[in-house]
Amino acid sequence: MIEHVVLRVIAKLLAPFIVLFALYVQFHGDFGPGGGFQAGVIFASAFILYALIYGVENARQIAPPAVAQAAIGLGVLIYAGTGVASMLLGGKYLDYSLLAQDAGHGQHYGILIVEFGVGVTVAAVMITVFFTFAGRRGVLEAREDVATAEDDEDR
Amino acid sequence: MADHLPILQVILPLIAAPLCLLVRHALACWLIATLVSWLCLAIAVLLLHQVLDGGTIRYQLGNWVAPWGIEYVVDRLNGFILVIVAAIGAVVAPYALRSIDSELPERQIGLFYVMYLLCLAGLLGITITGDAFNVFVFLEISSLSSYALISMGRHRKALHAAYQYLVMGTIGATFFLIGVGLLYMMTGTLNMADLADQLKPLAGSRIVLAAFGFIVVGMGLKLAVFPLHLWLPNAYAHAPSTVSVFLAGTATKVSLYVVLRFIFTVFGFEFSFVNQPLGPALLVLAIAGIVVCSLVAIYQDNVKRLLAWSSVAQIGYMLLGLSFATAIGLQAGLLHMFNHAIIKAGLFLAMGCVFLRLGSCRIEAIAGVGRQMPWTMMGFLLCGLSLIGVPPTAGFVSKWYLVLAALEKGWWPVAALIVLTSLLAVVYVWKVVEVAWFRDPPGTAGRIGEAPLAMLVPLWIMVGANLWFGLETSGNVDVARAAATALMGAVQ
Repeated sequence: MIEHVVLRVIAKLLAPFIVLFALYVQFHGDFGPGGGFQAGVIFASAFILYALIYGVENARQIAPPAVAQAAIGLGVLIYAGTGVASMLLGGKYLDYSLLAQDAGHGQHYGILIVEFGVGVTVAAVMITVFFTFAGRRGVLEAREDVATAEDDEDR
Repeated sequence: MADHLPILQVILPLIAAPLCLLVRHALACWLIATLVSWLCLAIAVLLLHQVLDGGTIRYQLGNWVAPWGIEYVVDRLNGFILVIVAAIGAVVAPYALRSIDSELPERQIGLFYVMYLLCLAGLLGITITGDAFNVFVFLEISSLSSYALISMGRHRKALHAAYQYLVMGTIGATFFLIGVGLLYMMTGTLNMADLADQLKPLAGSRIVLAAFGFIVVGMGLKLAVFPLHLWLPNAYAHAPSTVSVFLAGTATKVSLYVVLRFIFTVFGFEFSFVNQPLGPALLVLAIAGIVVCSLVAIYQDNVKRLLAWSSVAQIGYMLLGLSFATAIGLQAGLLHMFNHAIIKAGLFLAMGCVFLRLGSCRIEAIAGVGRQMPWTMMGFLLCGLSLIGVPPTAGFVSKWYLVLAALEKGWWPVAALIVLTSLLAVVYVWKVVEVAWFRDPPGTAGRIGEAPLAMLVPLWIMVGANLWFGLETSGNVDVARAAATALMGAVQ
């Protein structure tokens, strides 16, 4: 859709604001509606919009699939790591109260870090899922040859 | 550190999975997966020891007190199941190195271990948690990863099998979630112990009854109870060999555990068996499943599919024990759960070795393989004898207790049926053994060697376990009895 001037310009204009809004939803999630999941989806939607307008290849250069896939694991590690950190500080798993000088601050930091992990993973998963489906054509062609060779092997 | 064992049981594989995703290197991922599987087994054994000595262990996540926060509870029943799941994982992980290497393309191997670890974490999580909604979360983790694992099968039909399982599994999980939602609506709590207390005065409520139905049917789908089993044969037959071993030994057992946990702990014995005709209903389904699926197994021409149908029949035996609604019946069911895990894992391990060398598990393809892979097929034969229930194998012990339980009830036709259907198992096990040992290999087949040691050792550990638990029954029989009496305890 790169030939449509309006779409092209609007997409380029909107993308940074979408990302900014995602970050707002992410880090304001403990006081208002929002949180890691919603923020992650909004964040990823900026990339998906860009990919729709400018093509998957261009989008892949901004968010390389290898980086996106690593980010999936990284987010989960941030979440689980917070829990392990509170265990190492002598509390129960995911006991945020020990993460700062007092329980109130600890709970606050804890939920922020954990939700950040959620956001990273959700955004990365959304981008990866989109790229995987959008990039099916090449994979399908490559697989045709393999599949015909396998067909007579087993019922 | 000892206080943290319940949470470590789950988060070790849960943290190792994303770690493998970051590493991606096949051998490194295998090392991580194997190490974590062994650690999980060590933790599960330690937990069971603690529970048998000192009673129930509770662990509050995030230090939130029980009815509000999520609580992990280990008692005799799920301590026992944790050991089963972790033990199968610990045997499967070393086996995976060679088996997965030959069956999956290079770039998928790292991802395989990610999925395997997630599945392990999910299954252990379902077992250990004391929170009804948390069960659903872990159920989804283990289910989604097992769909992915099955779809990695070499043949394109694996995709179809995985999709079929995905549809059925999602319906099952949704039913379970609806049931939990209804319970939450009625009681305002998700903690299992708290639910049990709050549900006592609500026994006559139709909504609770609906919740009971949704939960039992939903988990029945995941458990592959007879008429809801259609996803299972395809899934086990087309999955990579390692995955068949792992799922056959763990997935249905964990689902059965959830059913037990809900009908005994949450709803209570009286609600499930006295107010509701759950016993007769399960009895009919169990017998139908045993007879029909054993007969279907006889007519299969793919050994993995044959074993899968036999699995559905064996689930029938476990439910049969449960349907007696007596302590000894429950003990027999739990014992068969344990024994069937080691039997079926052993049989699928053997077929994985055959598949490595032959690239097929069809009956005609394995002709004469017994002479070329004697150790593998000897292992298959011994586990097969255990499946039939020949002394001195583990299968004999659980069938013995099943017959005892049937006789204690005075249901001698059921006892006779248990013996008769074992003869059906003789037919389908013999079918494989005959072809493997007494037929000549097809003319086109070249000379094939024995499976590598890395796969034979796990197989023979399982064979050894089958013989060990057939002769030295004090360990698992006592634990099963302790678990059964703990479940029935409230009644007597």
